[in-house]
Amino acid sequence: MSGPSSYVPKSDLEKWLDTRLPIVRFMNDTLVDFPTPKNLNYWYTFGGILAVCLVSQIITGIILAMHYVPQIDMAFNSVERIMRDVNYGWLVRFMHSNGASMFFLAVYIHIFRGLYYGSYKAPREILWGLGVIIFLLMIITAFMGYVLPWGQMSLWGATVITNIVGAVPFIGDSIKTWLLGGFAVDNATLNRFFSLHYLLPFVIAGVVVLHIWALHVPGNNNPTGVEVQDVKKETLPFHPYYTIKDAFAICVFLLIFAGFVFFGPNTLGHPDNYIPANNQVTPAHIVPEWYLLPFYAILRAITFDILIIDAKFGGVIAMGGAILILFALPWLDSSKIKSMRYRPVARMWWFAFVINFLMLAVCGAMPAEPPWTLISLICTVFYFAYFLVVLPVLGVIEKPQTPPASIADSILQSHKKSAGVSAAAVPAE
Amino acid sequence: MKPAFARRFIAGVLGLVSVVAFTSSAQAAGDVKHPREVNGSWEGPFGRFDRAQLQRGFQVYKEVCSGCHSMNLLHYRNLGDEHGPFYDPKYPNPNENPVIKAIAATYTLKAVDPDGNEEERPGLPADKFVSPFENPSQAKAANGGAMPPDMSALVKARHLGGDYIYSLLTGYDQTPPKGKSIPEGKYYNPYMPGGVIAMGPPIVDEQVTYADTEANKGVKPTVDQMSRDVVAFLSWASEPHQTQRKITGFGVMAFLLLLTTLLWFSYRQVWRNVEH
Repeated sequence: MSGPSSYVPKSDLEKWLDTRLPIVRFMNDTLVDFPTPKNLNYWYTFGGILAVCLVSQIITGIILAMHYVPQIDMAFNSVERIMRDVNYGWLVRFMHSNGASMFFLAVYIHIFRGLYYGSYKAPREILWGLGVIIFLLMIITAFMGYVLPWGQMSLWGATVITNIVGAVPFIGDSIKTWLLGGFAVDNATLNRFFSLHYLLPFVIAGVVVLHIWALHVPGNNNPTGVEVQDVKKETLPFHPYYTIKDAFAICVFLLIFAGFVFFGPNTLGHPDNYIPANNQVTPAHIVPEWYLLPFYAILRAITFDILIIDAKFGGVIAMGGAILILFALPWLDSSKIKSMRYRPVARMWWFAFVINFLMLAVCGAMPAEPPWTLISLICTVFYFAYFLVVLPVLGVIEKPQTPPASIADSILQSHKKSAGVSAAAVPAE
Repeated sequence: MKPAFARRFIAGVLGLVSVVAFTSSAQAAGDVKHPREVNGSWEGPFGRFDRAQLQRGFQVYKEVCSGCHSMNLLHYRNLGDEHGPFYDPKYPNPNENPVIKAIAATYTLKAVDPDGNEEERPGLPADKFVSPFENPSQAKAANGGAMPPDMSALVKARHLGGDYIYSLLTGYDQTPPKGKSIPEGKYYNPYMPGGVIAMGPPIVDEQVTYADTEANKGVKPTVDQMSRDVVAFLSWASEPHQTQRKITGFGVMAFLLLLTTLLWFSYRQVWRNVEH
């Protein structure tokens, strides 16, 4: 959390700089001395992991852009050439394509962690909202990136998704033509997607800076959800305590990442994207990458007209709403208690929400036919009900447990408990 | 977070991965027989290509498949790359490898001489694999309207690609189920989506003669053997650097494991006096 700076410039250069551009002071206060709660667990390492993902994607992406040709007759072959003829091009390309999957894996864990510990509640609403913006930008960036290799799934995925813009009443078709730069996904579309795919990651990086700024004003939430009361007793400087813990977690994550890159680089992709795009042949099943499946399922779940809204536009509203509703979450959850550690009933609903989200992913991968259409609809209804009914109502009617008075208290209690357990010689779980 | 919760969460994430893997494989199945396993020596992290098999596979491609199927992403020089069928450590630059030069020279290419006249010249290691047809329309016309797919990335472009191609090549011996009508000039093959394929049985026993070398001792050019060999070659061709990828991978994993261990002990050391 922000407070009086503890930085004391030592050298003459630092003193000179500190009265002109206090950048060393800034780095020291954000990365070294920043007071961080003592009791953060490993679920809190995903912020650092995500920073690594973003940097990795930007570096590998810039290298790929040096060799890639954004032209429909050459795009597919240029990606193959990168993997066949560019020195270590296969490594750069596989890091980038699998890196996208790892990025989403980490961001989903990061988001669900926030949901569990109530990290979106006051005073962290802006922090949460900026996170949702980053997530939205990630989805758009990843979708455009998947179009660039110009395989069958690239072309047909882009066709399906841009078609949804056409569902907007009256002006949909005009907007779609304007977005595509033509009447179908073609060279103009590929060019602008490449341009935007290069631009957006830097926008993400900018919003990440704001995200971290908004984190460093109130400081980290923590598993108890109780705010820091005594900085001396309850926090540690970020460095070396959390730099070393994050570094360890990042390394474990990199092991999984490397496992995919070196021993199963195509496991998470669809084989059809190694067939060059052909606008005369439609693939049997058009599916997005795994990380977009839940939202794809919500898009397809609305199969009926609602009053003047036709099914197609209804699907678009549902999919957009599924992300946008996250912005309202800080004001929808009525509970005063942040962490679900002390909300047993809410915790069960949270687990149900996670399982429901996984189920949506399954629905997204399945063909749009019974029984999947019905399951998709039920899961979609539950997705929205969790935010619009469960969280607002639970805060009023549930009987939560009493959270510890402070972080220091909770640490003391857990130590007493573990000491008691070992004294009674109960075998460890 | 409580350990029980952590365990459940991890189980959930693993569940998602397996469910997605399951659904994508279920989806790819559709109206198709699940392919038979080729069990190639190159499969898995420890798998490596058998050089003699790659050479036989190239021979099958050259003498049989290349009559209809192009491999536009390959150059003759690729055959002499490290871990490739004709790699020779004496020639780290495959363009200088006499075997590669000789293979390339067996092809004739159309070119334009300095005076602008069309001419024909022998192939060079730097040339792309020569296509059997001038253009897609010609390829279709010569094959009853069906375009023989380019084979460069075919193994990557099909679900369980190696198994699929192996099963397809050896799957012509099966009788169609009752009521299944096979159009004139097409063939039944249960491994092809829909069961109907435009390509006739492409190989027969003894179709090629394998070189009488030490490595080929006892290898008979049966349909099964030739299919396995050509699948080995196509698997290599779909990603020529895959052996290098796996070897590099072991180095990277070893480094990361060591670094992770060191970081774990550093973490314990830094936190040793902190109650948390």
